[in-house]
Amino acid sequence: MDKVMVCLKRVVDYNVRIRVKPDNSGVVTDGVKMSINPFDEIALEEALRIREQGKASEVFVVSIGPSDCQQQLRTGLAMGADRAILIETDADIEPLAAAQVLLQLIEKEQPDLVILGKQAIDDDCNQTPQMLATLWGRPQATFASMLEFDDGTATVTREVDAGLEVIVVDLPAVISTDLRLNEPRYVKLPDIMKAKKKPLETMSIEDFGVDVSPQFETLNYEPPAARQKGVMVNDVPGLISALKDKGFSL
Amino acid sequence: MSKILIVAEHDGSSLNPSTAKTVSCAAAVGGEIDIVVLGSGCGDIAAAAGRIESVARVVVVDRVDNAAPLAAVLAPQIAALADGYDYVFGPSTTFGKDLMPRVAALLGVGQISDIMSVEDSRTFKRPIYAGNAIVTVKAPGDKPVVATVRVASWSAAAEGGNAAIEDAASNVEVPGHTRFVELQSGGGDRPDLQAANIVLAGGRGVGSAENFDILFKLADKLGAGVGASRAAVDAGYVPNDMQVGQTGKIIAPDLYVAFGISGAIQHLTGIKDAGTIVAVNKDPEAPIFEIADIGIVGDLFEVIPQLDDQIGG
Repeated sequence: MDKVMVCLKRVVDYNVRIRVKPDNSGVVTDGVKMSINPFDEIALEEALRIREQGKASEVFVVSIGPSDCQQQLRTGLAMGADRAILIETDADIEPLAAAQVLLQLIEKEQPDLVILGKQAIDDDCNQTPQMLATLWGRPQATFASMLEFDDGTATVTREVDAGLEVIVVDLPAVISTDLRLNEPRYVKLPDIMKAKKKPLETMSIEDFGVDVSPQFETLNYEPPAARQKGVMVNDVPGLISALKDKGFSL
Repeated sequence: MSKILIVAEHDGSSLNPSTAKTVSCAAAVGGEIDIVVLGSGCGDIAAAAGRIESVARVVVVDRVDNAAPLAAVLAPQIAALADGYDYVFGPSTTFGKDLMPRVAALLGVGQISDIMSVEDSRTFKRPIYAGNAIVTVKAPGDKPVVATVRVASWSAAAEGGNAAIEDAASNVEVPGHTRFVELQSGGGDRPDLQAANIVLAGGRGVGSAENFDILFKLADKLGAGVGASRAAVDAGYVPNDMQVGQTGKIIAPDLYVAFGISGAIQHLTGIKDAGTIVAVNKDPEAPIFEIADIGIVGDLFEVIPQLDDQIGG
């Protein structure tokens, strides 16, 4: 393969405890730690391994979002990506619009493989990879837990509800990553220094000529209904009796 | 009256219960509900779909290409059938998650993922941030609504329907760039996690693959499904299809019993809709006790054998 494209989304770090704003207009993101979406980080790790095995010559990372996304792209460069592209916008971009914009970049860059997380841990949509593959007219292999490449095809093991499904897709293709594909590497200080010299190109989303205005209107944010704290029992007879009180006949 | 098309999920031999749950969501929207069954030799599945209450019509696309559930193959056929429908729904299982965004993209519309509740015909609630926030989302009035339905939020529509079953044309061109090889199934003949009334689950505290045997034994006595935390799956004790949580299966059994599971947020996301949650853990500070209806601080290797002795069966 020549080029592998990896999409990175900037999201609230997975360790941050999410709180809904008191006026129900969103979740609190001011001053919270932001990171690369963990599934996208796995995607980048996989792309780097593919390159390190000599099966690809270049890995580039792409993000759509505000100028602060440069931080996550720099992290991607420090992990080992060769170059980065930021498609800058301050607007919230829905998955279909993201796919339309990324498609234009694909047409320009002609990657042999696009790899990205199965979902972003903020909106949990799980749509962009599938939509991108569709608009591109190419195969998708979602929820990947193992990849093998062979002469113009990829054999992908997918984590599905019934077990592990194996499919073969012709390249180019879009692959979305699941958790068990790999464990991303840690970034070392010299890599961070090196990453500062790597190319990071910024484009404006307006240059893509895609209507990115949202189709959906978000009316309200609320915290989930909390479960009541229950009772503690001391022993197994106490447990069985508490279950019977709840109507279980065991 | 609005028209709703539901994509049936099946494994080639039987209809997945997620289909009847998706029908419940469609019934909450209101309108004429049709189900499309795409498969190969899927007459029995279509008949089962036709028995779901409040289904008007079952449309069958029976062709060899549909033998495996490949999104790239199924999506163009669904998009071709979607003409005239106001809604196209699928279950938010790995099947529906893979497939429905492909349908939406072909129709040129966005998708609403994981519908939890229907507020009105265009307004829905869905979880974000692993269920730590719920948003109310309104879809535009002038385009079809393509969505996945969070199956743990809906009970299955009852049986007793008698829908008309019709064959649809099967001449839509499908791509050959995606090929099914095999399905490696991890589960035995225990109840499906997403359909079981009782689910027992083990975490890192179970300690090894062999130790899961006492859980399986108790589960078989209770007719229960067996799940696991991500930690137990990552440690290699059990296969991935047993994982319960945000990135595994979201389940809603009547009774969920967690053995040696501390209760990471991503796991709790997967069990929030269970009727009764029981937690067994050695650590009294384990977060799972915060949401458990019944908790017992104890060693699972003592509790499980005692449970096995003291319950009937």
